[in-house]
Amino acid sequence: MNEPAYGVCSCGGKKRRGLLESLVFGLIGVESHSLEAETTSVLPGLLQRFDPRIKVVALLALIIAAVSTQRLTVLALMFALATGLALLSKIRLIRLARQVWLGVFLFSGIIVLPAVFIVPGEAITHLPLIGWPITLQGLRSAAFVIGRAETAATLSLLLVLTTPWPHVLKALRSLGVPAAIVAILGMTYRYIFVLTQSALQMAEARQSRLMAPLDGPARRRLMLTMIGTLLTKTLALGTEVHAAMVARGYRGEVRLLDDFRTRPADWAFLLAALGIAATIIGARL
Amino acid sequence: MHIPDGYLSPSTCAATFALAAPFWYVASRKVKRQLHTKLVPLMAVVSAFSFVVMMFNLPLPGGTTGHAVGLGIAAIVLGPWAAVLSISIALLIQAVFFGDGGITAIGANCFNMAIVGPFVAYAVYQAIAGRSELTSPRRVVAAGVAGYVGINAAALVAAIEFGLQPMLFHDAMGAPLYAPYPLSIALPAMLAGHLTIAGLAEAVAAAGLVAVLQRTEPELLDLTARRPATSGRWRETRALWFGLGLLMLLSPLGLVAAGTAWGEWGAADFADPAARQEIAAASGNVVPPEAVPSGLQRLSSVWSAPIPDYAPAFLRNEHLGYILSAVTGSGLVLLVFAGIGALRARRSPSV
Repeated sequence: MNEPAYGVCSCGGKKRRGLLESLVFGLIGVESHSLEAETTSVLPGLLQRFDPRIKVVALLALIIAAVSTQRLTVLALMFALATGLALLSKIRLIRLARQVWLGVFLFSGIIVLPAVFIVPGEAITHLPLIGWPITLQGLRSAAFVIGRAETAATLSLLLVLTTPWPHVLKALRSLGVPAAIVAILGMTYRYIFVLTQSALQMAEARQSRLMAPLDGPARRRLMLTMIGTLLTKTLALGTEVHAAMVARGYRGEVRLLDDFRTRPADWAFLLAALGIAATIIGARL
Repeated sequence: MHIPDGYLSPSTCAATFALAAPFWYVASRKVKRQLHTKLVPLMAVVSAFSFVVMMFNLPLPGGTTGHAVGLGIAAIVLGPWAAVLSISIALLIQAVFFGDGGITAIGANCFNMAIVGPFVAYAVYQAIAGRSELTSPRRVVAAGVAGYVGINAAALVAAIEFGLQPMLFHDAMGAPLYAPYPLSIALPAMLAGHLTIAGLAEAVAAAGLVAVLQRTEPELLDLTARRPATSGRWRETRALWFGLGLLMLLSPLGLVAAGTAWGEWGAADFADPAARQEIAAASGNVVPPEAVPSGLQRLSSVWSAPIPDYAPAFLRNEHLGYILSAVTGSGLVLLVFAGIGALRARRSPSV
């Protein structure tokens, strides 16, 4: 009963968001992330110039290399490489810090913090007052997890920020992913925004009609009813989309246009990325 | 629950990917057979729903809130195979486009949340819901328990994946290269979070949605509801009956086996020199005791088999005796299960 489930409060912005506000913010976050990705994918940067197929393979190889490396120095170099690629692709570091680095650091940091004390090994110092030993192995282990998570997340975000989603899908098709899967991925992406809009409208409509704070069970019923309504709408939408596709000649065969062209620079980038990955994995660096 | 990159080794990621791949293959074939041209559009919108539903924050009893993965909902409404596809697609887009879950860990995340979770949830739901009415409160309870058990099963598998890492992967200084906690820590840590908040969120989501659908669109629960036996039963089980018949015909193959089956000795065998030799040969040349073991002696007279040694007295041909024994034995087993099935059908009338 303490937390209003809607609207403006007199808390000066210090109060936690209500459920509907959280949902609306989350849904808007999905849309703004997509919008930002579309904006950065057309900037005249380095990665934006490469063929999407080459980019998918190259960045995937670098991610696997970052996950495979057994040395913190190599991991640091990989992170620097990812940051350098971002700068050359005109992606601001503040965006990376906001979208990836801070979130991953907080999430992984909380998870691996106890490892600093729990992992057995050589104690390098002790916590004041409590006296818990901080082990070298524990620190290295925490650094590995956080470093890998940061580097891999940066590289995967680079793919999305420098490549329009339809091009990622077409690249997947060119690389042998079945056409039906690519079509489902493409349509899923499209309908995520349709359903997001639908959920947003439901949330706003309900919010605008709330005259008093809701108690726990009522808020639970509200969210569950919204999910149920969304499911019903989803299935109806699926039937309508299917009918529209059949009306336009769809008979179960998916055909995608594939008009990518590679240039020498694409192959050079691919060779460089594969070379780095092969060296790290092959030499067990 | 979404495992990021760097927590699992590349070999673990490859192994979980290999484990998930057959499920994806079978799921795509089964769902394609079921939906035909509707496969692409329906899976697309349902995957989009799976994605969006993960953003709903549910108020839970006790004052806290939690997100549901929706694996219970998907398995109950769509069935486990369609749930495998839709949740996998949603997880793939989350990982690639929104950075929620690692790209190298896609196989592990899909195996945990799109395969183990939905299948466990579906089995629990069917076991508890039985053949109850679509609008029965029993289905609400079944959905809640299914969601709770399903998400905890997924968390258990994820915890095992985490817990294996420090056992298998260290650097030269002995520091764990990936998730640093052993099973003794990873298991309780993961399950503590999922047995409480995450499990409760999944249970509330699944039970609540089934309750909502029962009021608004109960026919949506019909797809996975168990039905009474229909005329199509013979068609579905035909291959099994033929297989059983073939095995019965092949049962005399048991005569080809040389020697004695270890441990299947009668009291009389201990007095028969040839049988004693076979017992010794089958026991690593350990000579059997001279006297019949007292327990065996006492119990051997309790029951006399009607068809001893698969050879009815009225049949001279031992091959025919084996086949007749196979038919009789299988028939008795089928009769018992038919009786149990009839009893269950009488106790829980179908929808």
